[in-house]
Amino acid sequence: MGRIVKPYLGVVLAFLYLPIGVMILMAFNRSALYELPFTFDLVWFKALLSNQRLMQASWNSVWIATINAVIATILGTFAAYAFARFEFRAKRVLQLLLFPPITIPWLIIGTSMLIFFFWTGIGRGLHAILLGHVALSLPYVVVVVGARLASFGPQLEEAAATLGATPMQVFLRVTVPVLAPGIVAAALFAFAVSFDQFVISYFLAPPGTSTLPVEIYTAIRKGFTPEINAISSIIILVSMGLMLIVARLYKFGGDQA
Amino acid sequence: MNAAQHRTIAIVGLTAPAYLWLALTVLLPLCAMLYFSFLTFSPMGGHESEFTLKHYASFFEKRIYWYNAWRSIELAMYVTTLCLVVGYPAALGLAKYVKGRWREAIFLLIILPFWSNALVRTFSWTMVLREPLNLLFTYPAIIIGLVHAYLPYAILTCYISLQAIDDALIEAARSLGATQAQAFRRVTLPLSMPGVLAAIFLIFVPVIGSFMEPRILGGKDAIMLGPIIEGQFNAAFNWPLGAALSFTMLTIVLLIILAASPLLRRQLART
Repeated sequence: MGRIVKPYLGVVLAFLYLPIGVMILMAFNRSALYELPFTFDLVWFKALLSNQRLMQASWNSVWIATINAVIATILGTFAAYAFARFEFRAKRVLQLLLFPPITIPWLIIGTSMLIFFFWTGIGRGLHAILLGHVALSLPYVVVVVGARLASFGPQLEEAAATLGATPMQVFLRVTVPVLAPGIVAAALFAFAVSFDQFVISYFLAPPGTSTLPVEIYTAIRKGFTPEINAISSIIILVSMGLMLIVARLYKFGGDQA
Repeated sequence: MNAAQHRTIAIVGLTAPAYLWLALTVLLPLCAMLYFSFLTFSPMGGHESEFTLKHYASFFEKRIYWYNAWRSIELAMYVTTLCLVVGYPAALGLAKYVKGRWREAIFLLIILPFWSNALVRTFSWTMVLREPLNLLFTYPAIIIGLVHAYLPYAILTCYISLQAIDDALIEAARSLGATQAQAFRRVTLPLSMPGVLAAIFLIFVPVIGSFMEPRILGGKDAIMLGPIIEGQFNAAFNWPLGAALSFTMLTIVLLIILAASPLLRRQLART
């Protein structure tokens, strides 16, 4: 049994990484039609730099993901703190309310946002996309920060309070520093959720304005271009890099104590 | 002001911003969509609209809707089953036969792609499935793309519950005369059921609602409920019908969860 485990895991990993590897390879291939033999060339990365639409969409995506990370981390940390340090009647209900944004299919969430935002005059656009992304990121932030909060009791905070710190001082000088790795992990997580989000952005993006995934989808539907390979390779490497950092700060389900 | 009031202010102050945001972006939009699904026209641009049930009725009357809803459910069943068939052994191997740094490294490698862009990963399959495989724009292509997208979920949830099983339990079964297969069937498998059920739930629901993967990989085989709903919003502009179909999909999802919940509760009670 033990002998077939590693080869099997190898096959599973090969399946997971095969398409990603092929895509990255093709981004460096000169042929526009993905033809072999492979000839190394940076032509598609150069083409990318002069593609105004893709550059603008990338810029939008980075900005939205950054602002989303800031807002979601602050709001989510507050809520997680309330859940960890107070007992109150509505707590169970509030915690349950975090599930709909991540369990209802995005298609349904996205179309309902489109209807509501259009109807109320909030409209479509980058602001609407940001509104939606924060909603999707919040549950993750609450869970990640909550896990960190659960790992240390309120004793440190009580000690500080006994020594004369005001509640604000306790929060900023004790709670936040101890929570820092959890907060950073949550912020990176929120950034990734927003940066990778396609479905909701797709419904909330008006013609002419878009985020990177929406722009890529439009390009794929119109026909393949190797520039898309180049930008997709960059995206996938950036988001995997981000997640490696998060994993260092916060162990997901691994051998955590 | 007394301590209890302070406490209430603190709780409300800490939770209100997040929940007002969620109300504005999730709760109210879902209510708005429910309202729209009962209207003849979108109540915008000066249209007079009236109450109607015709959008829901058409789901049952027109074959294109209920048949494609079934196709979505069928797809979700295929994808969920394949993810578990491939993912459970991987999780078992990782949890029980690989140790130390190898385990950590492989675990990380499995969940890494899962956190990268789903659209880009789907797109990357178009390069593998074209010639000479010639699978692009077929039904199997949709399944391959979706299994690729959700396999890490299955491995992750199964791994977490398998890893929590005390090896002493399995050793006890073995020392009492159980074969390796018996020990697995009577001890390991039942104890890992919460992870399996979590995987089913986490894969089934989003796959029913998928539209991007079928559209990119499926060609003419992409016609199922997700893409049809998307079409009502972005091509046909029949929002009330789209809303009604969305709610029907949500109801199907809820019914499936409800049907599974006694099973789920029994599992939770046992552990």
